[in-house]
Order: sequence, then structure tokens, then C-alpha cells
Amino acid sequence: MTEHLDPRDETAVAAAVDAAAAAFAAADTLDALKAAKIDHMGDRSPLALANRGIGQLDKAEKAQAGKLVGQSRGAVKRAHDARLAELEEQREAEVLVAETIDVTLPTARRSTGARHPLQLLQERVADHFIAHGWEVAEGPEVEAEWLNFDSLNFGPDHPARQMQDTFFLDPEAAALVLRTHTSPVQSRSLLERGVPLYVVCPGKVFRTDELDATHTPVFHQIEGIAIDRGLTMAHLKGTLDDFARAMFGPESHTRLRPSFFPFTEPSAEMDFWFPNKVGGPGWIEWGGCGMVHPNVLRAAGIDPEEYQGFAFGMGIERTLMLQEGINDMHDMVEGDLRFSARFGVNA
Amino acid sequence: MRVPLEWLSEHVDLTVVDDPHQLAADLAGIGLEEEDFFGPEVSGPLVVGRVLALEPEEHSNGKTINWCQVDVGEDEPRGIVCGAHNFAAGDLVVAALPGAVLPGDFRIAARTTYGHVSDGMICSLRELGLGEDHDGIIVLTALGLTGEPGDDAAALLGLDRTTLDVNVTPDRGYQLSIRGIAREYAMLKGQAFRDPADRPVAEPTADGFPVDLADDAPIHGVPGCSRFTALIVRDIDPGARTPFWMQRRLLEAGMRPISLAVDVTNYVMLELGQPLHAYDLDLLGERIVVRRARAGETLTTLDDVARTLDPEDLLITDESDGDSRIIGLAGVMGGAALEVSATTRNILLEAAHFDEVSIARTARRHRLPSEASRRFERGVDPALGPVAAQRAAELLVELGGGTLDPATTVAGEAPAARTIALPLDLAARKVGVDYSPAEVTGLLEAIGAHVEVSGDTAQVTVPTWRSDLTDPIDLVEEIARAGGYDRIPSVLPQAPGGRGLTAAQRARRRLSNLLAGLGYTEVLTYPFTSDKRSDELLLPADDARRRAVRLANPMADDQPLMRTHLLATLVDAIARNTGRGFKDVAVFEAGMVTLPERAPEPGLRFEPGYHPSADELAAIRDSVPPQPFHYAGVIAGRAELPGTWGAGRAAEAADVIDTVRRMVAACGLGAEVRAARRAPFHPGRCAEFVLADGTVLGHAGELHPKVLENLGLPKRSVAFEIDLDALLGQEDSRDWAGVLSSYPVSRQDVALVVAADTPAAEVARALRDGAGAELETLEVFDVYTGDQVPEGRKSLAFRMTFRAADRTLTADEASALREAATAVAAQRFGAEVRS
Repeated sequence: MTEHLDPRDETAVAAAVDAAAAAFAAADTLDALKAAKIDHMGDRSPLALANRGIGQLDKAEKAQAGKLVGQSRGAVKRAHDARLAELEEQREAEVLVAETIDVTLPTARRSTGARHPLQLLQERVADHFIAHGWEVAEGPEVEAEWLNFDSLNFGPDHPARQMQDTFFLDPEAAALVLRTHTSPVQSRSLLERGVPLYVVCPGKVFRTDELDATHTPVFHQIEGIAIDRGLTMAHLKGTLDDFARAMFGPESHTRLRPSFFPFTEPSAEMDFWFPNKVGGPGWIEWGGCGMVHPNVLRAAGIDPEEYQGFAFGMGIERTLMLQEGINDMHDMVEGDLRFSARFGVNA
Repeated sequence: MRVPLEWLSEHVDLTVVDDPHQLAADLAGIGLEEEDFFGPEVSGPLVVGRVLALEPEEHSNGKTINWCQVDVGEDEPRGIVCGAHNFAAGDLVVAALPGAVLPGDFRIAARTTYGHVSDGMICSLRELGLGEDHDGIIVLTALGLTGEPGDDAAALLGLDRTTLDVNVTPDRGYQLSIRGIAREYAMLKGQAFRDPADRPVAEPTADGFPVDLADDAPIHGVPGCSRFTALIVRDIDPGARTPFWMQRRLLEAGMRPISLAVDVTNYVMLELGQPLHAYDLDLLGERIVVRRARAGETLTTLDDVARTLDPEDLLITDESDGDSRIIGLAGVMGGAALEVSATTRNILLEAAHFDEVSIARTARRHRLPSEASRRFERGVDPALGPVAAQRAAELLVELGGGTLDPATTVAGEAPAARTIALPLDLAARKVGVDYSPAEVTGLLEAIGAHVEVSGDTAQVTVPTWRSDLTDPIDLVEEIARAGGYDRIPSVLPQAPGGRGLTAAQRARRRLSNLLAGLGYTEVLTYPFTSDKRSDELLLPADDARRRAVRLANPMADDQPLMRTHLLATLVDAIARNTGRGFKDVAVFEAGMVTLPERAPEPGLRFEPGYHPSADELAAIRDSVPPQPFHYAGVIAGRAELPGTWGAGRAAEAADVIDTVRRMVAACGLGAEVRAARRAPFHPGRCAEFVLADGTVLGHAGELHPKVLENLGLPKRSVAFEIDLDALLGQEDSRDWAGVLSSYPVSRQDVALVVAADTPAAEVARALRDGAGAELETLEVFDVYTGDQVPEGRKSLAFRMTFRAADRTLTADEASALREAATAVAAQRFGAEVRS
């Protein structure tokens, strides 16, 4: 830029603007743009010099030239900024491309834990009943014989007492057992919470069965008991139907068959209709239930003339086996990591 | 109870149901659940054949076979090779022709044997599933059967029949008979019921065989024997065999034919439900006495086992010249001495009624469940004795050629019928079905009750065979059952509204999910353990965890104890997984442990329906040992896994210590950590967690190398165990200023040189105590030993942040706070500030 640009020369000024725009457009890196900026917008650039030259003009020419040069410099700046924005965007995009990683590489830096599905299923069942306004009651696993048997209308010579293969504590005179069912929690709840009572009792129970594909000496039950004024077997049926739908889908429902349990009368076996049964939908035995025997209420000091209700219980293992198509009890009790892993924390 | 349908059909009309499976389903609907189903096991051509000719042929293997020409009703006889020799030309036999399939999927085809093409097989009883008799082939006339060649032998032998095995619940003894099942079926189908027990019986006579009921120690005041019927059949042909039809029914019902006398007693028991016993009259003394055993008495029962009797055992004895001899355990099993034998000609039949409880106790005591005891302990119809004895005696006369002695004994009396007052609306109130009064009456009559209605109440006289019906609620069940459970509507009850999960229940879910999130897998181990395990875990002799409750009948004799801590059994889950090839294993268990506080004392038992007093209830509750809820976890192998990012990191004590810290924090609480020495942990790598009130929450750290060796666990495995109940028992002691200060924070670092064995947590506590309320955070960010500090000392670098609630702290103020903090550390531990 040896020659000074005449600030009055519209053609020359326009040419300078065009030259600047061309230089900016030609700049393909931020560094090139920076150099072009010095050339066309720096202190020594034609328009800067032309601007400086305005001061020497006549007053009459000053306004005209000022306007011309000012607008031209504005145009050059806009052209530069536009190109700068373009090139910055381009560079950011390139950086992001360069930073690409393989997101499919393994990431398991810590082992993945899981809950045991039997526990999750108990929680799920509890949640169903909680949602209906019931509560969850619990009791000890080493239990007084009175609570496990006598309070539940099992007389000392009752044949049903022999049906249960009971673990007794030493000495047997201590009248302590490993609870054979979650039913002692019924008695504890009646004694401690009183009536009306709507509780479910999940937990671990014990029978002297050898471990095989379908038996285990330690397993889980969930039991429900509802005692109130005017509860009937129809309410039992309604509760079970509702529960079956929650567990096994809207198609499911239950069927009651007469049976015998010392702590209920009338007693029933409950089957549920299982739409996903292997080999086609069908009835599956689920557990026992019935109207709570008046002697159970009497043992807890509750007047069976005023209050009545129902109880039901089912095996958690069996329910899980049906739901998940598990064939062998060993898998549920052995603690193999592979078993629980597929359940995560959501049965 | 196995129910041969052919036998059942003698008493009810089974033709109304085509499919035996439907019949099984129908019976299940009234409480007789199907246990098993025995359908026909023979298919294809099984026909009556007449042996036209047989030629014995001796073969090189030393066997002689018969080459038979058998007329099977076709144009030409068939040639069949037969190895048996108990038949002759002209005999009627059973021939299985090619295409027949016999039990055990035994397929018959024409085959070449001993130089002939044998075009079928002549069958033995065993080959047809008709018992164990394999001495020869069936000769029909020997079984009292006949037919024409070509007749369907399957029908002739009853091989086309079906037997249902139904489960009889323990309250319904009456269903353990064809009579009882037939009655239920008649009720179900609305058929008239013809009672096989409805038959004339002889009146007792003065010259009946003397029987004394001399129970001087009744249980619960109930005489062991309420009634004893005895009939005598004389001059039975000892050679008389049980007819085929009776053997068939016994076999179908699951009983083995033995001899005519025994088979008849079993047959009548199956038919009517009354167990009977047959004695060889010629071996019997002058009189029968039913009494309790005396201490020290023994008896050899029919199964040839010598048994020492208990004074509670009820006995059948006989007396001769004042000498008493035991001849049977009443209602359970006879003695070997008076067993009927191949030479017995004169028989005394016993049909007695024994007390349920007495029989149940004796059968249990001697581990001697029998068909008889099974019925007595579930309740036998007390009115049945004379009928059953009469029926058996008549069968012996008919089949054995004997004569019935008119002398008849009926000692004792049947109890009076029981009458229950039933409010007519009770069933509707309990079941939720609106049974009309007429329906209530009709349904109760269907089970054999007599009903008289007056006003709102029915007086229900219970049939003699229903000892289980004692209360109105029992009648309600019968009404519901007879009316059909499928009539019960489905009505969802409305609970009054609960309080949701308890704090403990919520905490357990939270902590279990937290541990799963931290990489632990939940397992459920059996709670059975042993003293040996305590040894393996190096528990000191006086460790409280060695005081465990003991099972009287453990699954395995080497695991008789209930665990007192979870690690005792949780370690097995590690061993199992590492044994299956998993190298990095993290597991946890949440569950109860049993901590007996004192030696067990005799416990309380009461009759059903008894409401214990407050003191009795307290004693029952107190008898149950405390069972706190614990959490435990173990990590074996690496805590951080290897991969493309690097080699990973082996688990170390810090991993489990941090787990416990997170669990405590998840409950909104805090715990101090201090060093401890406690089995099964490494003595120098065990942290103890102490709660605000001083309670020890639990421990975490590396397991003792020796413990790991004892259990075969990976080296350097780490573990923790805490008492959740202790944690949840803490008061919430969080302090809270009300607002969060938004003034700037001032950071102050200080390095303190202390003795090398000084726990960092205690120095930190000193700093915290000295720093005052403005201290917001305090962390150790470096531990240094080496040239820069003296021998036996270490440098701990702390970073403290200070923030005031009401102003920006000046640099001078922050320095002063830091110095106040270090002053306490200096005073407590001689800590020197390292410059």
C-alpha cells in the first residue's frame, strides 16, 4: 500500500472493500484470516489510511468522504466477522471429529451388582398390598411353638402338625422351632396391632426337606391376613383375583378348591389362571387360603363373633419359578452370580 | 386314597361322566385333589386263547420250551413259543398278539425264537402288571375266569380300568374308603347314595368272646377304645384263595394280596373305612383285654421288629389263667404271635374304634404308620364296627367256606350323635353367598346330616362318620363345599388405609439397592452352621458368636447351629463362585442372625383357642431369642476390574470400609471409625464403626490370611458385617444451621508430623475439635513417610475449608482457625507442623 487511497474516490474505496472481502473469503484458516485482517483492517490498511486522510480535506468534502469511508470500513468488518465465525465453527467441528472415541469399548470398571430376585419379588408383592392400604408385618425366624402352631389352632396331636416337617430347637422342651410358615406373624400381628388388621407377612420359612430341584429346607412365603367386620370369602376371592392380575397379567384370575388347614375354616387351595404357562394357558396351584379359624382369633383375644376375615399364603420360590421359567431350585439357593445378574434390581 | 373307578361304580353312577380326567377334576372341586392317575397300561390285541396242542422241546441251552398251537378265535391257530409249564392242552390262556403293548412299554411282535416264529406271547400275571406272580402263565380257570377264544382279555382281567389317587386332607378320615368317596360323588352329582354300610348286623349275645375294655389311663379323658366288636368264623378252608376280582381291587387300591383272611379284612377296610384285624382263634387266650402298656413291656410286631412299649401305648392283650400276653398295638399293627397262617381254620375278627390321639401318638412314637393307624388318627366312624365285622365275616363264609359263629361280642358303646346349633345365616355371613334356609338344609343333608330348623337356627345332627364337625364354622365349610366354591363372588375389600413401609423396611430396600449399585450381588445362604466354622473363622473361645442355638433335628449333623453372624455362612457363597471360575466376586447378604441370651427354658404350649394371659404372652415372647437384622458383604479378587483402561485394582480394606460408610450415610447418620482386632479380620486391617451413642455398628476390613486359607478363599479377600438394628436404633443427631451460608470459603492446608501408628481419624478429630464451628470440610489428602520426616513418624496432610455463617472470613481469621486446630492436634499427639 504505497499509494494513499483518496477518501473521496468512490471507485477506489469500493475496490478496497472488494479486495478486503476477497482476501477474507480466500483465507481458509484462522491464521490466514488474521493476516488478511491486518492487511485490510489494520492501521496501515488502505481504508485506515484513507480515514486518516479525511482530516486534511475541506470541510465541504469531509462529510461526504467520512460517510463513504465509514460505511466501507463497516462493510469490511462485517465481511471479516462473518468469515471468522465460519472458520471458528469449522475448527470446532474439526476438533470434535479429532476427539472421537470408540464408545463400544468395554466400560465395566467395577462389577455390576444385583439384588436377589426372591427379595425383589417379596418387595413387589408388598408394594401391591401397600397400594391397597395394607401394611407389611414381620417376625422372627426362630419362633415359639405356641405362635407357630398352638395359636394357629394346631393342637398338640393334630395330624396336620405331623404334615409339617419341623426343625425343633434343642431341647425340644424349650418349645422353639424354625417357623414352618409365615403364619405366626398373623398371630403376632393380631396380638400387637389388633383389629381391623390388613397385613402381608413376607419372610423365610423352614422345613426339613432335602434340597432338590423343587424343594429346599429354607424358602420364602408371603402371607396375607385381613380381619375386620363383615369380611367374607368373597373378599378373599376378590383380593386374590386382584393380586393374580397384578402378578400374572390382566387375563389372570383365581379358582378356589376345598382343602384343609388348621388355621382356616372354610379352607381352600387357590389356583391361578396362568396365561403364559408352558404348553398353553392353564391352572397352576399357588397356595392355601381360607377364612381365619375362630380359634386363631380367640387365641389372640379377639372376639370371633364381632370380627372375622381371611388369610392366604403362597410360596415365593414357586411364584418366581413360574414367572421366570426357572426349572431348578438349586439355582435360586446357591448364590451363583449369574443367577441374580439378569434381574438387576428390578424383578 | 386310591379309588378304583370300577369299584366306585358299584355304589354310584359313573356313567354320567365320560372322561375319567373330568371325574378327577370334579372331585378336586370338592376337595379331593388328584395325586395320581392310573389309566390302562395295556393296548392292542390281548385275547383269550385256548391251547390246542403243546410240544415240549429241549434245547441245547438246557431249557425246555413249549411250542404251542393256540386258538385265538381266528381261522387258523397261532404258533407261540412259551417257556412256562403250568398248563396243558385245552387250557384257556391270555395271548398278547403282535401289535399289543404291555406295561413298561413292552411291545409284542412276531419273532423267531428257538427255531420257530412265535406269533405272540402267552402272558403271566406279572407281565400284565397284575402282581408279582411269575411262576407260570395265567390259566384263566385257575383265577375263576372263563371265556371264548378271541374274547378281549383286557376287559376280562380288568386291564381297561382306571384308578384315581386322590389326596384326602387330614381332617376327613371318612374319605379313606370307597364308601366315603362314593358319598362325596353322590353329593356332587345329586345322585341318591346307597350306603354299603347299610346292612343288617347280628345283635350281641351273652356268649360272645369275652372282651374287657380296661383303659385305666385315657388321654385327655377319652377312652382308648370306645367299642370293640368281635365275631368268630370257624372251619375256614385253609386252602381257599382270594378270588381274582378281590385281588384285582386290592391291587388297584394299592394293597398287596396276602391271604384270604388278611385280604378280606383289607377289602372291608377299603370299602367301609373300618380297619379290622384277624386273629387265629386257636392261638388266642381266654379273653381279650384292651389296656395301656406297662413300663418295660415289649412286643414283636408283624413286621418282625421287637418294640419297647410306652405306658401311653394302647394294647390288645389276651389272658389265659391270669397270664397277660400282648397280641397287638391297638389300631396300629398286630403282633407276630397270633398272625393268621396257612393252617388257620378258626378266626376271630376285631372291628374296634380307637381314640384318634392315642393311635396317632403310638404310630408316631414307633414310626409305624399303617393303613389302620392312618384311618384311626383321622377318625373312623364309631358306629361302623358291627357292620364291618359282619361284612368281613360274611365274606369269609362265602369265600372261605367257613361258618359264622352266632356268638357276637360288642363291648362298649358308640358315642351319642353330636348336635350343633347353626344360625341359618352364618354361612352367608362367612362365605358371602346368600344361601337360603332351604339350601342350607339341603346341602347339610347331602353330607349325611339330619337337620331340624326352628326359627333362625338349624339343629344339625352330625353323621357318625364326621368326627371333624364340632363347631358351627365346620358346618359353614360343608355348606360352602357342597354348594360349590365356584359360587363365591369376587369382591375387593377396602382396607382403611395403612402407614406404608416402616422406617426399617425402607432402610433395608435402600441399603440393598445401594449395595447392588456398588457392585455387590445379593445372595441368600442357609443359616445353618457349626462350631467348626467358628474355628475356621478363628473366633476366640469366649467370643459371643460361639453361643448359638442348636437344632434338635438338623438337616446335616455337622451343621446343627443357627448362625450368629452372617459371615459364618456368606463366605460359602464366595467359595462356590470362585469354585465355578469367577475370579472377582462381590456378594452381600441381608438377614437375621440368632443371638441366644440365655439357656433355653421349658416353653409354653396351650390348647387351641386359648388366649394366654399377659404374663404368659410375655413369657412366650421372651422365650424367643433375639434375632437382629444384619448386613454383610465380601469382596474377593479385584474391586476395580481390568480392561482396556488398565490392570484394575485388587480389593482392599478401604473398599469395604467405604461401603459401610456409604451405608451409614445413606441412613442420614454418621459413625466413627477406629482400629480394632476382631476375628475373622486381619488384626492390623480391621475397622470398627462406632455410632454416636457408643454402640458398635460392626466391622470391615481384610479377612485374616489364616481364615482365608482355612476356607479356601482368595488371598486378600475383604469383608464387612454390620447390625442394621443398631444403626436404625440411633437418634437422628444431624445438626443443621437452618440456612446454607453463601459467603466465600477459605481453604487452609496443613501437614502434621505425628507418630507413625497414630490413626489419621484421631488427628482429624483433634483438628475438628480445635477448629470450631466454622470448619466446613476436613480431609486427609496425603500420607508421607520417608527421608523428609524422622524415623517412626509420618506426615499427614490435611485440607480444611472454613466458612462463616455471617461474613467473609479474612485471611488472618482463617489462619487463626487453622492454628487453633493444629494446636489441639499438637497437644493430643505431639503433632508438629511440617513446613
